[in-house]
This record gives sequence, C-alpha cells and structure tokens, in this order.
Amino acid sequence: MAHASFDAARVREDFPLLARRVRDDKPLVYLDSGATSQSPESVITAEGDFYRTVNAAVHRGAHQLSEEATDAYEGARETIARFIGGRADDIVFTKNATEALNLVAYAFSNAGAPGAMDGVDEAIASKFALGPGDEIVVTAMEHHANLVPWQELARRTGATFRWIEITDDGFVDLDSAREVITERAKVVAFTHVSNVLGTINPVNDLATIAREAGALVVLDACQSVPHMPVDVAQLDVDFLAFSGHKMLGPTGIGVLWGKHELLEAMPPFLTGGSMIEIVKLEGTTFAPPPQRFEAGTPNAAQAVGLGAACDYLEALGMDNVLRHEQDLIQLTLDGLAERPWVSVLGPQDAGARLGAVAFVVDGVHPHDVGQILDDAGVAIRTGHHCAWPLHRRLRAVASSRVSFNVYSTADDVEAFLTALDRVPNIFGLEV
Amino acid sequence: MDLYQELILEHSKRPQHAGLREPFGAESHHVNTSCGDEITLRVDVEGEGDDAVIKDVSYDSIGCSISVASASMLAENLIGLTLREAQEVFGATRTMLTSKGQAAGDEEVIGDAIALAGVSKYPARVKCALLSWSALQDSLGKLGLDLTGGAASTTEETKA
Ligand SMILES: Cc1ncc(COP(=O)(O)O)c(C=O)c1O
Repeated sequence: MAHASFDAARVREDFPLLARRVRDDKPLVYLDSGATSQSPESVITAEGDFYRTVNAAVHRGAHQLSEEATDAYEGARETIARFIGGRADDIVFTKNATEALNLVAYAFSNAGAPGAMDGVDEAIASKFALGPGDEIVVTAMEHHANLVPWQELARRTGATFRWIEITDDGFVDLDSAREVITERAKVVAFTHVSNVLGTINPVNDLATIAREAGALVVLDACQSVPHMPVDVAQLDVDFLAFSGHKMLGPTGIGVLWGKHELLEAMPPFLTGGSMIEIVKLEGTTFAPPPQRFEAGTPNAAQAVGLGAACDYLEALGMDNVLRHEQDLIQLTLDGLAERPWVSVLGPQDAGARLGAVAFVVDGVHPHDVGQILDDAGVAIRTGHHCAWPLHRRLRAVASSRVSFNVYSTADDVEAFLTALDRVPNIFGLEV
Repeated sequence: MDLYQELILEHSKRPQHAGLREPFGAESHHVNTSCGDEITLRVDVEGEGDDAVIKDVSYDSIGCSISVASASMLAENLIGLTLREAQEVFGATRTMLTSKGQAAGDEEVIGDAIALAGVSKYPARVKCALLSWSALQDSLGKLGLDLTGGAASTTEETKA
C-alpha cells in the first residue's frame, strides 16, 4: 500500500538520529514521536546557523546582527502562519503548547482585574468575564495540558468545570456535548486529535454547539498540526495551540494562534521587557499582539528551527503525510487484531484516527511491555500519557502507545509487532 | 531478557502478604507519577525505637511486575524483624537498586529481592522497585520510627 508520492525510507535519511543504535547495538525503532519527534538535518542546521551567524537579542539591539536575528525570527513567524493558513500577527510564540493554553486560561482570570479590559469593546470583554455561575467545558479525553489549566481557572474564578463524556469506542459523545454545553458555558476547550486514542474529533460540530451557547472555542492541535493539513480559516475555533517538538522542530518553542480581535482584547499573561508600549513608574501600557504575549528574550533560534520544520513538512505535502501515517495505523491495527491477547484503545477504523495507537496486553502491565520492547530497541511510551482521567474512564490502569511521524515505516511496525510477541512468552500468558 | 527473573514473575503473579489487614498502626498511599503505579501500605508495629518489632506489613498494589514483586519481597523480608534489622534490609536493598548495575546484592540480607538486581540498570524502573519502600518509610515515620536509621530518604534518592 505504499504511495508513489511518499518514500518513507528516503525521508528517514534526512534524520540523523534515526541511524542510532541502542541497547547493545540494536537499530533504533523510534515509535514515540507523539511525545517528541526527531528533527531532520535542515531543522538542526537552521537552529545551528542562527547561533553560528546571526545570534543576538531580537527586537532590541541597534546593530546589524540584531536586525538579522529579528528578521529570522519574524520570518519564522510568517512561515508558521502560512503553514496553518493564518496571519503572522496572530501567531504568538510560547515555549510549548502547555504555555500557550495557560496563556489563554490566564487571559480569563486576568481580565477580571480592575481596569484590565478598559477600552475593550463590551461584546468582546464580556466573553472573558468569568465567575460563579459560568462554566468551563472540556472533554474526558484531554491531555493534562488542556485540562489542569482549565480546572485551575475554574478554581481561581469560581466558575464551574465540566466535561463532555466519550463513548466506549473513543469518540466524543455529541449528545453529551449538547447536554453539557449550555448558555452558561464561556469556554469550550478540546483536542483536535487525541494523543492516546488517536481519534480525530469533529471540530466544527463541537464548535457549532459552543457557538450557539456563545462560548469561546480553544483547540489543542498538538497531535493534528504535525500529521495532517490544518487550516485555521476552515476551523471554526478562536484559539489553537501546538508544540514545535512534536512536528520535527526543536524543544522550547510552541505556538498560540488566536483570532485577532480576541488577542487584541486580551490582557497579558507574563509581563516584563519586550511586551510593553510605555513604562512609567506610575504604570505601564502594553504592546499590541503578538508582542504583548512574548515577554522577555524569546527562544529565537528555536522559532527559526520550527520555521524550517514547517518548510520541510510543506515540501513533503501534508496530504501525503496524512495518507502515509494512516497507512501505518492501518498496518498496526491489522497486526494487533491478529493478537487476541492485545486490546486496542480507541476507534477500530484507521480512517477515524491519526498519530498514535494505544493498547493494553491483557494481564501485563504496560511498563513491563515497554521494557521488553525497549530491550529489542523499540522505543514506545507507557503509562497514562498525561491523560489520567481518560484511562480511568476506559478502566485501564495505564496503556502502551506507539506513535508515528513522517519517517516511520512499515518496517518499524513489523519490528514492533515481532518484539511484542516476546511479551506473552516472558510473562507466561496463554496465547 | 535478564531483568525478568523467574522470582520476580512469581512474586508479581502471587504477591505474598497482599491485601490490606487489621490491625495496623499507620497507612500510606504512594503514587509513581511517571507511570501511575500505586500502593497503599499498612504497617503494624509493637514496641519502641530500634527494637520495635514489625508485626505485619499489608498492602494493596497496582502496578508493573517490578513494583508488585518488590512490595511482595518487602513484606516477606520484614514481617517479624525488629526496626534495626529492617534498616539493614532496607539499606542493602537500596544500595543494590541504586548501584546502576554495579552491586549484585547480598542474598543473606535481602532474600528473594536479590532478583531485583537487574532493575538498577534501568533508572526509570528503580522508582518502581522503591515505591513500596517509600510508602513503608512514610508509614513508619508516622509512628515516629525511622527506616533509614538516619540516612537519606528513598524519596530523595528516587528523584535523583
Ligand atoms: C494532545 C496534547 N496536548 C498537549 C500536549 C502538551 O505539549 P507540551 O508538553 O509540548 O506542552 C501534548 C503532548 O505532550 C499532547 O499530546
């Protein structure tokens, strides 16, 4: 089922780390890209070249290097904006998706401070006003990064934290969504693709329900932007967050995209240098977005690296990436279906999912499964994958997860399945 | 692979002294946040100071084979010992587990736990093996007893 347009073996050659050997000289089979992906040479070079040739504080120096560093940083912002169909002014650099989501959550609590929304249009200001009687809604499949900040926001403001149930086969329950999202909802936050179940959520169906209730919509796009075409103009959401290190880019860089009129209205999250307009001892006014949300010296080299990662993905074509990765998911689901001692979490249909396949070996703890695979050079993730409530809902203590990226191959899936077959043997399961 | 010694598999499938029992002097619940392993452990003690006798250790453990087996071995080793003797078992077990593969362990002192020697080569798994010990240390602490005999705590070491 290889597609002519996509040669994963060729793609692999661009990723120096994948040549590594591990655990007594075994070839590395890296199936943990959902946690952190590897970087192609072009990304490593872009980051390195920044330090080798233009390194200086952006937006600050009165010298040529600072100008060039600023150009590189702002150029990356434009590249990333193009990659998701947005405008550069609506892209805020953060250190990761977690910070991006906290930035939005803190806009709500900071909006409640006296004077914070002075001069903001009343219709927009009221969207950020949160207090007792108001509700914050997430789904039961969220990563802790899109759950704990909202719980904490509820605690700080007195608003009520609610969640939408999921079905046993790992989909968001739209009936539950219609029940839970009422006119009391001020914000609805959910993931585009589940980092455990792999489920691709019906963003616009959920957004429509949220809109009818008048709530703002926050999308966690950590597991979608790396693996499929994402166009903010097509998605009916107000904010979208993702991390560079899951999409072939460096660590230390993440993105918040937001609707301009909302970013414009929002009070800052972190404050200090670079985000100000005028500072007096008596008080300070703030720069327009995105600068308002980028306090302090930013991770400029990492932003440039992320720009290079977008260029790399763009050249592969996100439609091709999506098809390639769904082929691998199909192969994995087929292979696991032949092993009745394995239960897969989430949708059984490869077309409904992306990124990851989590599973449980009946009677063996995921930590032990991971250890046996690691011994064969196969790197996977085990545990609750920062989605503890989801595991509780599925009555699983934890799970094992394989996850893919552009450089993953059918050989990787084969190597994984072969190594997995040692588990029943070592643990004396009847198969 | 040599990590999964027969003794570990046996203890994890049939954990000794498992289940929560009365009477008990103190109880602790510990979680390994990196993977979600959990243990609730109770200890019953008679007497005072280093001569106190550990009458019972009972536990409810959800986790990987290493954490369950380690709890089972702990209970098997410690029930009936004085605190002073328990300190010696703990010291020897901990030294082996944190040796990064350098210490084989003394079977005379730690019994079946000798099978956990291979764990010390895998830093992420050392926490699993020490989970029951940190719960015990905590429980004893609530009774004013010090499992370390004055040395560093397991929780600090597992963070390293
Ligand atoms: C769905 C999802 N949301 C949020 C995050 C948090 O990303 P980060 O840790 O890079 O902030 C992750 C990854 O860990 C994720 O998979």
